Amino acid sequence: MDEIPTPYAASTGPALKESAGDLRSRIPGWGADLDPADRPSYPREQPGIETGARWDFPERQEERWPRERSVEHAFVTPVFGTSAPPKGASGAVRKFAYKYSEGRAAHWLLLIAGDRIDAWEHHLRSLATLRPDNPITETGVMSEFTRHGARSRFGRKRTDLSHQWMDPIIAGVPWALAAGGLVAAFRALRKRRTA
Amino acid sequence: MVYRGPYKVRVEEKDMPPIEHPNDAIVRVTLAAICGSDLHLYHGMMPDTRVGMTFGHEFIGVVEQVGPSVERLKPGDRVMVPFNIYCGSCYFCARGLFSNCHNVNPNATAVGGIYGYSHTCGGYDGGQAEFVRVPFADVGPGLIPDWMDDEDALLLTDALPTGYFGAQLGDIAEGDTVVVFGAGPVGLFAAKSAWLMGAGRVIVIDHLDYRLEKARTFAHAETYNFVEYDDIVVHLKKTTDYLGADVVIDAVGAEADGNFLQHVTAAKLKLQGGSPIALNWAIDSVRKGGTVSVVGAYGPLFSAVKFGDAMNKGLTLRMNQCPVKRQWPRLFDHIRNGYLKPSDIVTHRIPLEHIAEGYHIFSAKLDDCIKPLVVPNPA
Repeated sequence: MDEIPTPYAASTGPALKESAGDLRSRIPGWGADLDPADRPSYPREQPGIETGARWDFPERQEERWPRERSVEHAFVTPVFGTSAPPKGASGAVRKFAYKYSEGRAAHWLLLIAGDRIDAWEHHLRSLATLRPDNPITETGVMSEFTRHGARSRFGRKRTDLSHQWMDPIIAGVPWALAAGGLVAAFRALRKRRTA
Repeated sequence: MVYRGPYKVRVEEKDMPPIEHPNDAIVRVTLAAICGSDLHLYHGMMPDTRVGMTFGHEFIGVVEQVGPSVERLKPGDRVMVPFNIYCGSCYFCARGLFSNCHNVNPNATAVGGIYGYSHTCGGYDGGQAEFVRVPFADVGPGLIPDWMDDEDALLLTDALPTGYFGAQLGDIAEGDTVVVFGAGPVGLFAAKSAWLMGAGRVIVIDHLDYRLEKARTFAHAETYNFVEYDDIVVHLKKTTDYLGADVVIDAVGAEADGNFLQHVTAAKLKLQGGSPIALNWAIDSVRKGGTVSVVGAYGPLFSAVKFGDAMNKGLTLRMNQCPVKRQWPRLFDHIRNGYLKPSDIVTHRIPLEHIAEGYHIFSAKLDDCIKPLVVPNPA
């Protein structure tokens, strides 16, 4: 009868490929943290670590606009980020999303919807500025030519090639739809003038 | 840099960040990095990622200005800044759970504060910039030791501590077989760290051969490209004499590849919080009673994880964002002793003005990219 694999019989486990001595000589530092006491996150919770905090509760940061917050919080936390305050339609969707708790799918799905609206709002707004969004420079796609785009992908068994073709579509959809809209508007205008 | 929508970033002039709280500091960034988890933001996967936000949670720099209550830092100090923003005093910080601080993120209770990582993580601008606001300057940042290389210090702000933490979460015992899914920076550091904890065998799985090559040379690991196997779980069972690994570490997270449907529903259609392919493979390839450690980042929405198998196998699932500063003293020792040389994984150094190319190179895995750094003011 063939040898019985490890899990089917009483066993101490598969034989080690290398002894501790061999591993120690081959790998710098092997076993240096073998004792869990030498591992800084053991145990996971360690009361009493000196952190530098000299407060029980921190001073509160000034709230310069009504800060959206999770309904699972008792109040706006004493410190918070101030990047990109909510604005426009995306801001309204985001504020509405914060009416739902983090446990509700509606909260997260509304926030994702807000993100898409936000990108659209900014793309459209940028068209009225001296620096409109530029899909070529902002996607960094020119690096395909300077950083071996083809050689990095083909003949390399990469499994992500099966879906990478979707990326330019995701990145380019706003411009494609905007171009389509402009063409449609132009045609409608021309039709009205010739009518 | 600022985010302009999925797959789009650009460099813009923004106002100098102000002191918003007495314990804030303003840091002039000297070196930053793009993290694999930044790609989840870049791809539009993380809810409440706003146009105009500056990304970047791995950075070092020089203190430019401090708030009136800051005692431990002064202008001119060279500092390394953990990716966690934390108060140091709340219920969770008092227990050492710095990554789970309750006082810094009004937008969510499930996650602490992270620089440049969407409003779901607090709405803070990040360090892929010339200047950045650093809250709780007396708590988070640390002085860069004179002997430490800048790139090593930078990698101590997230990637190395997270990989090391992932190995710790595995509760590795002497002689254990450890499988690491993902040969990116965190996976490479997790594999290297597994040896420090006495692993008897370390196996790294990925689909990018150049990264597996790095896992062999940098992390001394045995490697398998899952594309070459009909079913990588079966292969791992065979190579462990049908037992499974004692410990499996998921160092991939939300954009895992290997199952078209899972990847597309998560990464492209945003219908899952993350593509749980690596996590499901981890659950299936660990032995009964084994431990799965998760340090790959997932979004807050649900994911199709195989909890039934995890329960039936009696697994221990351990996970968290890494409390970075807790890891530093021991990691400093390992670097000084020559056991770890974090900057060995750096492949690209991109000027801030070309950061859009940096994101594309990293996202599309061009030019054998493993770890791209961002240099705000190249000499």
